[in-house]
Amino acid sequence: MYKYDAIDQQIVNERVKQYRDQTRRYLAGELSDEEFRPLRLQNGLYIQRHAPMLRIAVPYGMLSSKQLRKLGDIAKRYDRGYGHFSTRQNLQLNWPKLEDVPEILAELATVQMHAIQTSGNCIRNITTDQFASIAPDEVIDPRAMAEVMRQWSTFHPEFALLPRKFKIAVSGTKEDRAIVQAHDIGLEFYKDSNNQVAIKVWVGGGLGRTPILGTVIREHLEWQHALTYCEAIIRVYNMHGRRDNAYKARIKILVKALGIDEFGRQVEEEWAHIKDGPNTITEAELHRVAQHFEPMPYESLPAHDAGFDTALASNPAFAAWVKRCTHPHKQAGYRAVTLSLKPHGKAPGDITSEQMHLVADLADTYSFGELRASHEQNLILADVKLSDLFALWEKARAAGLATPNIGLLTDIICCPGGDFCSLANAKSIPIAEAIQMQFDNLDYLHEIGDIELNISGCMNACGHHHVGHIGILGVDKDGSEWYQVTIGGKQGNDASIGTVIGRAFSAEEMPGVVQRLIEVYLKERTDEERFIDTARRLGIAPFKAHVYAEKEAV
Amino acid sequence: MSNLIKDNAIVVDEWTRVTPPVLGEEVVKKQAGKVVLFKLTGEPTYSQEQIAATQIPATGKILLPLSVWQANVERLAGRMAAGEVGILIATHEPLEMLAATFADINELPLIAVFVERFPDGRIFTIGNLLRTRYGFKNELRAVGDVLRDQLFFLKRSGFNSYLIRADRSAEDALASLQDFTQPYQGAVDDKLPVWRRLNRSHA
Repeated sequence: MYKYDAIDQQIVNERVKQYRDQTRRYLAGELSDEEFRPLRLQNGLYIQRHAPMLRIAVPYGMLSSKQLRKLGDIAKRYDRGYGHFSTRQNLQLNWPKLEDVPEILAELATVQMHAIQTSGNCIRNITTDQFASIAPDEVIDPRAMAEVMRQWSTFHPEFALLPRKFKIAVSGTKEDRAIVQAHDIGLEFYKDSNNQVAIKVWVGGGLGRTPILGTVIREHLEWQHALTYCEAIIRVYNMHGRRDNAYKARIKILVKALGIDEFGRQVEEEWAHIKDGPNTITEAELHRVAQHFEPMPYESLPAHDAGFDTALASNPAFAAWVKRCTHPHKQAGYRAVTLSLKPHGKAPGDITSEQMHLVADLADTYSFGELRASHEQNLILADVKLSDLFALWEKARAAGLATPNIGLLTDIICCPGGDFCSLANAKSIPIAEAIQMQFDNLDYLHEIGDIELNISGCMNACGHHHVGHIGILGVDKDGSEWYQVTIGGKQGNDASIGTVIGRAFSAEEMPGVVQRLIEVYLKERTDEERFIDTARRLGIAPFKAHVYAEKEAV
Repeated sequence: MSNLIKDNAIVVDEWTRVTPPVLGEEVVKKQAGKVVLFKLTGEPTYSQEQIAATQIPATGKILLPLSVWQANVERLAGRMAAGEVGILIATHEPLEMLAATFADINELPLIAVFVERFPDGRIFTIGNLLRTRYGFKNELRAVGDVLRDQLFFLKRSGFNSYLIRADRSAEDALASLQDFTQPYQGAVDDKLPVWRRLNRSHA
């Protein structure tokens, strides 16, 4: 993974110094709340319900074991001994003290980490596929370009105060796993007809209050122009994005208002001025960064391992875990492993300091000392030998990190919700926990099969509910908490936004509602059909009928 | 004590800013009880009545809103020729209007950009375009809600003078111009990104 040179280190060190002084001035009363707000936000610090929340950047989800240990230590020392992995692959601390944040940042800087631009109206952490570089369907490893873009976007002077937040995702696979269509800019890398690396550029996607999937603004962009082209897009947005209404300020609203043709025309006109300028990426710079992402020193292994095959045949629990929690790898004899942060009845994405240390040890022992966070809020060991899987499983299981539910109903994507977040309309974690307990039966979960259930506590949609096969949105009705249900949303190349099935439900009703949706699916599905396929084929009608019919009968 | 920073030093402000009078009630736009709203690009700033009622000092260097200049071109032509007129635009006023008003934008010794509230980041793009697209070479000043925590970005976007908000210390603000030693990306002040500026291959 990328390692800082003296320049990178100086920037994070200077940032710590700058933020320390900003905090000092705020505490001394020299900065008003309103003046401090964008400053702390651009450093990932929210003022929450109980305490501030600090969002630490995990660039494109990559972490070293050393960094994870440091995060574990920070969570222990400055928080309550746990952290929360978010849907933007970042780590959030729920209970730090505002005055401790400069110290936390100083500690982070010692392991080449920071909290720069993890919030605020600026370019946020750039996200990508958690299986970058190892996925068999990968065409381009997008991480070097993601790092080049991270550096470019860090303290970008022109885009320091945009109309609203700005999210970029990059992907280099045939099967999109980075939800590029749900981002302000999505960059899809591919090889063009001349076998050169090119980018398909999506713009104007986003979830939130007004969910819209992105539109292709350019089918073919040479990779050298990624920065200048993004500058042209963001410049048009910075000047013309709505600043008169915070709810209509995302780029998607501007793109819809102008139409993609007119928006594209303005971007191309702007780009003509800066194309081939100094921010054009050179081969040398890409090469310098790409050296940090060379393939791991893999052993030459056969595609099968006798010990692994035996364990698989003789141990059903291990076999279930392998089926759900390991993933194919480009390199023969290796698998990627997802450590589930979704044990039933616990807050999705949460991890204790002790678990962080254990995962760091596992990464050192089995996976070259590196790991990744996924936008589904799990941790990935990307490079594990088949012969190590059984030993790894036993250790992970003992630490509560081997629930074989990846991709199943209880692998719920969930925002922190009303328990922590001051923006939330409703709690989300207790809903996730209640659903997990309702379906706390692995055989049943496996029978239901692949399904994605996403929960957001408000329309800001941090839990990506719009693209969940089942989406749950917390809403406020006359001061009490209700939940609106959508079905038919999906991430990936054929992304779609879910459809609301009808009036909202109380928290107590939610496990039963999900149960009834599943009943319709199990009754109606054809062989090989996943929940999403059945939902798309039938539409919402039969689901709606069953969910509400039973309610009225009660 | 002056609150004007120019080229890394505190200097005396020689310019008098001319502001049209407020006639009638000012409308403050709010959302969810907070003043979070900004004027849309292209929204008019002053009415014809306000422009007509504007008092312009008879002598000295004057900083005029573009619309006030446009209403007084002939009367003030001599002072313009003498280098006594600077133009102020607000962040929501289109730059094309400014460019269309002057055959040579470098006739102006000073362009000031007014930012009503500091989170309005249009000011950065405006600075950039004035320098890189319109070729403005003279003093480019940020006025209004100008605070030290935005100075580094303003500098990188092409500004070289900053009138710090009256209730804040320009002395303290000076330090923020040096917040970062080697920024990553190319911008107006240094066009080269760090990888073209320095040899990073063995840094």
